[in-house]
Amino acid sequence: MSELSELYQQVILDHNKKPRNFRKLETANHSAEGFNPLCGDQLTIYLNLEDDTVKEVGFEGSGCAISKAAASMMTQAVKGKSKEEAESLFHEFHSMVTGELNEETEENSLGNLKIFAGVREFPVRVKCATLPWHTLHAALNKEVQVSTE
Amino acid sequence: MSSVITSELVVANSWDIERIRADFPVLQQTVNGKPLIYLDNSASSQVPQVVIDRGSVYLEQEHSNIHRGVHYLSQKATTAYEGAREKVKRFINARDVRECIFVRGATEGINLVMHSYGRKFIGAGDEIIISAMEHHANIVPWQMLCEEKGAKLRVIPMNDAGELLLDEYDGLLNERTKLVAVMHVSNALGTINPIKDMIATAHKYGVPVLIDGAQAAPHMPIDMQDLDADFYVFSGHKMFAPTGSGIVYGKLELLEKMNPFQGGGDMIKTVTFEKTTYAEPPNRFEAGTPAIASQIGLGAAIDYLNSIGREAASAYEMELLRYATQKVSAIEGVRIIGTAKNKASVLSFVIDDIHPHDIGTILDQEGIAVRAGHHCAQPVMQRFKVPATARASFAFYNTKEEIDVLARTIERVIEIFS
Repeated sequence: MSELSELYQQVILDHNKKPRNFRKLETANHSAEGFNPLCGDQLTIYLNLEDDTVKEVGFEGSGCAISKAAASMMTQAVKGKSKEEAESLFHEFHSMVTGELNEETEENSLGNLKIFAGVREFPVRVKCATLPWHTLHAALNKEVQVSTE
Repeated sequence: MSSVITSELVVANSWDIERIRADFPVLQQTVNGKPLIYLDNSASSQVPQVVIDRGSVYLEQEHSNIHRGVHYLSQKATTAYEGAREKVKRFINARDVRECIFVRGATEGINLVMHSYGRKFIGAGDEIIISAMEHHANIVPWQMLCEEKGAKLRVIPMNDAGELLLDEYDGLLNERTKLVAVMHVSNALGTINPIKDMIATAHKYGVPVLIDGAQAAPHMPIDMQDLDADFYVFSGHKMFAPTGSGIVYGKLELLEKMNPFQGGGDMIKTVTFEKTTYAEPPNRFEAGTPAIASQIGLGAAIDYLNSIGREAASAYEMELLRYATQKVSAIEGVRIIGTAKNKASVLSFVIDDIHPHDIGTILDQEGIAVRAGHHCAQPVMQRFKVPATARASFAFYNTKEEIDVLARTIERVIEIFS
């Protein structure tokens, strides 16, 4: 079960159980809803964007452990970042879980998000991990709804 | 042992499982280093060697277009294709072979009835009754028709066990009702609906009934004359035949007054630029070159089912369901979704605080194939207030040992997430 323990690491299980920033942001000036019609995962990302900087971020929704932990750790990672930095993280994260970026040998700012590298061994779960990021991207760009089908 | 003894236990013990499993080449492989345990039969079932061989014989020795060549091969292909239709007719006890229309699957079958019957005979203010447990394939086409015609969709509710409320059904029927469309067996819950009674009730109001038999045809004998269904659809790929095969059964008197489905070759009598006249059923509904190899495969799958004994296969599956229900429901934190008294071999379940997707991934690592998701029945998920379920669905080639591995691995899932 080595690939499995790579996927369901303690940190991921912990974020699944106790997701951080799991709340509706009343002061949000950007939000977007993400939906995976294949499995029914759905979440809403709330952003408070000031001068192109993510001042506050929160999320709500239901989904599998991977999507929930990915959303939770994403909110921690992008808080305080500029829109451009957040988009760049999205790009790196996406590249890592689809196997285009080797997070160990190539330069990146993923930090503790590298824990999701194991997802690439489970191609059908890639969408679970990237759904929050696609939704964040939509919220940053004021789109209202995205789908990862 | 006398053949009059038909108790489930006796049948289960006498079921030659090793011989049956040897008929299915796909079951002989390992997944992630573990023997494949295929419990996703409601989504699509596996294909026995005899069906594969029949398809190969067709492709190697008989392939040609049907119904249009005077040459040797075309006649061979036509005979094999129409022979498969005869097998279907006997399999479902239709009165007439012209009542069996080949389609790609149950979904196309329902769409055919919607286009050819619904668009002609259902209009503004009319009502169509479906049930709360329908697959999207038996919801969306009727919604599309209602939108187009200004008709209304009415829904038979169900109880917490996943059984339809028949008194409510009775109350929904009225002079505006033009069609009832319900499933025989629920893919998400396993419920076997009392369709014979439901058809009789609708007929009291003069209302025709379409049955979605996709989950029933593979697992129990079905008899069109006994049920008195007006339309009955099912897919070949859920009953041990290749994808692209399937059937619409329709009473001849209804088919005869219906519009064609698609236009093209093979469905016409005469064509001029001024006017086209249409062929009689079933050809009227089979435009273009069909999936000849797949439909011949369906005929071979029917032969296979008859050879192993449908009643015995069904009894063995019931024993698997009983065993699996007992094993899985005994695990703390697991809840079975769909607890109808009358069930087919489908076990849908959820685990507290663990998403079915995570369950599915962990089971897959042990070589166990289950479905995790909404099973194309989102209204069922909403009714039971779950985002999705994990579903193990059994066929006559599964074993109690496989169910033991399933139960052990579910315990492991709970351990990982504890």
